[in-house]
Amino acid sequence: MTGIVSTKPARHLHRRSLLAPSVAALFLWMVVPLAMTLWFSAERYSLLNPGKTTFAGWKNYLDLVTHRALWVAMGNTLFMVGLVLAITLVFGTLFSLLLDQDFPGRNICRLLVIAPFFVMPTVSALIWKNMLMNPVFGLFAWITRSLGFGAIEFFSRMPLLSIVLIMGWEWTPFAVLILLPALQSLNPEQVEAARLDGAGPIALFRHIELPHLLRPMAVVAMIEMIFFLSLFAEIYVTTGGGPGLASTNLAYLIFRDALLGFDVGRASAGGVVAIVLANIVSLFLMRAVGRNLEDLR
Amino acid sequence: MTLPNRTGKTLGLLACAALVAWIFYHPDRRPELTIATVNNADMILMQQLSSEFEKQSGVKLDWVVLGENFLRQRLTIDISTGSNTFDVITIGSYEAPLWGERDWLVPLDDLGTDYGYDDIFDVVRQGLSYQGRMYAAPFYGESSFTYYRKDLFQKAGLEMPLQPSYEQIRKFAQKLHDPERGVYGICLRGEPGWGQNTAYISTLVHTFGGRWLDLDWKPQITSPAWMEAVSFYVDLLSHFGPPGAITDGYNENRALFANGNCAMWVDATSAAGYFLDASQSRVATTTGFAKAPIAKVPNGAAWVWSWGLAIPTSSKRAGVAKQFIKWATSRRYIATVGKRFGWLRIPPGSRKSTYEIPAYLEAAPFAPLVREAILNADYTKPSALPIPYLGIQYVSIPEFQAIGTEVGQEISAALAGRTTVQEALALAQAEAEHALEGRARK
Repeated sequence: MTGIVSTKPARHLHRRSLLAPSVAALFLWMVVPLAMTLWFSAERYSLLNPGKTTFAGWKNYLDLVTHRALWVAMGNTLFMVGLVLAITLVFGTLFSLLLDQDFPGRNICRLLVIAPFFVMPTVSALIWKNMLMNPVFGLFAWITRSLGFGAIEFFSRMPLLSIVLIMGWEWTPFAVLILLPALQSLNPEQVEAARLDGAGPIALFRHIELPHLLRPMAVVAMIEMIFFLSLFAEIYVTTGGGPGLASTNLAYLIFRDALLGFDVGRASAGGVVAIVLANIVSLFLMRAVGRNLEDLR
Repeated sequence: MTLPNRTGKTLGLLACAALVAWIFYHPDRRPELTIATVNNADMILMQQLSSEFEKQSGVKLDWVVLGENFLRQRLTIDISTGSNTFDVITIGSYEAPLWGERDWLVPLDDLGTDYGYDDIFDVVRQGLSYQGRMYAAPFYGESSFTYYRKDLFQKAGLEMPLQPSYEQIRKFAQKLHDPERGVYGICLRGEPGWGQNTAYISTLVHTFGGRWLDLDWKPQITSPAWMEAVSFYVDLLSHFGPPGAITDGYNENRALFANGNCAMWVDATSAAGYFLDASQSRVATTTGFAKAPIAKVPNGAAWVWSWGLAIPTSSKRAGVAKQFIKWATSRRYIATVGKRFGWLRIPPGSRKSTYEIPAYLEAAPFAPLVREAILNADYTKPSALPIPYLGIQYVSIPEFQAIGTEVGQEISAALAGRTTVQEALALAQAEAEHALEGRARK
């Protein structure tokens, strides 16, 4: 609302009153669930003993903070968000550069690259778990075995990396979806001019294409971060957060407290921690992205 | 000109009134039942057959079929918040007494004399009761035992005793383990979850002489019996089990065994019919059955579980729901399934009379063993030590879901080699103590 420039105060007031209902609705939309979460997080509330709800004060938070699970989950969350972001951005850029070239069958190629994004997360996780990564029936196991190596036990030996791999496969198309049109919008005359000045492909990428792509990359990073912070389906389907806590992220930890332990109090406290973490991460990301874009000018 | 206008308005108002009346008024002429159930083969068959019940009674049925874990979450939230979504729910012997105690379920002691209460296995009926009142009618029951491959045993010159010991099982697994040919010595549940690996490990701990809790409700997870049992499990499965065992639950192991990848498997008796069905399994003629292995004491070596149908007290159609439950858990229903779909597909383990049907005994050579396993599983004495709880592969307290989940997770970490058994059990113990904090003070 601060962006609205108005010369007359009366008009300003009028405009505000017209905006009020939607602002109020949006505010309620956000604040009611938040307030309820905060309230539940201060209660000793188990769905299995619904009659015995009592006020707990900070106890749920203390339990969480003193428990190893929260810190492991937080580390896992940040690790996964960071790594998948890096993978999707790097491969998204490479695929976009490739698909920007003119070659026969380019349209089919584009379609194939983008297709994984439209497979439902649970379905793609199941495909990876049972058909590709399974150490007995899986395709990867068959390949490594026929080459004379043993099978890799993906979900026992490297659960977090396996999930990162699945996520990377799912989300690289999203990066392509945004970066490719951005690349196509690059002025061909600018590229031509650079070529005439003797720029090779690497210099061209470094000084023309990459700067041009930074802004859409920031968009990709922001949107993906929102989804990755609440990553759930892939973990639920493949590892169930295990072994131990090895692939439990914050969202999964909350699910475990709420729907496997039926402890609403502790799950709500976890939810509040997740909100705080999400805000901190987005603040940092926003700052970093903002500064980069400032530098460009 | 004004008259048609007024008529229009009146008509509009009337239409509105009718709409409102229609929204708030539900004629009860043809009652509908909403049934929530698990997507196990036996329940899906019940759904297929339910059109018969609809024809008989004129009641329309509405089905919600979910996986076991989803169903459990959905039902727990539903029933503990008192919302009345379902008229008939499918619950196990873990939930029935707990929910009965809280008056969340309608007692089912009045299904009539022709229902044949005496025909139900005592242990199954008690498992679904609280203080002598039955809160869920048993649909099928199961215990656990050992599956093995007769052909592989014969080729290796081994013989499976009727009652194997875990020491023998280890030797057999060692001898039969042949990963080059895709045959693994033994398959066991590795997927974490209180209904998955924790259920199996619980039987193992009990037969190694351990217990979940002492008489003061203090968790015993760091006791020597636990240490020994879990070390045995981790050693056995990581040396002679299939790769990636930590993602294998009941269904994955069943697929492995049916595909011929396992020499042995210790799990639920309810998979037996599936293996003998040549259209679904490659081991139809080569599967053998033995009792669940014993380590030190016979107590709690095999579990007992039953799925039952129950009515939440929030349901407004308890009368009709009882009719349905009576139909689905009756002797006649079992006979109908047998005649229509073949005797291997009947819901087993709920009634004594099932094991007197000649056609069933002929089709299912494992039936006497299952009957014996169910009769011998004493869920009131799962441990050789004194205990304050009931249940073999679970502990009959609400906190167990959280404890069992955590224990399963930590043990799967030990199985994957990410922690030692000792560390895993210490973490599980701490979590169990936390979950039971409130109880100790009582």
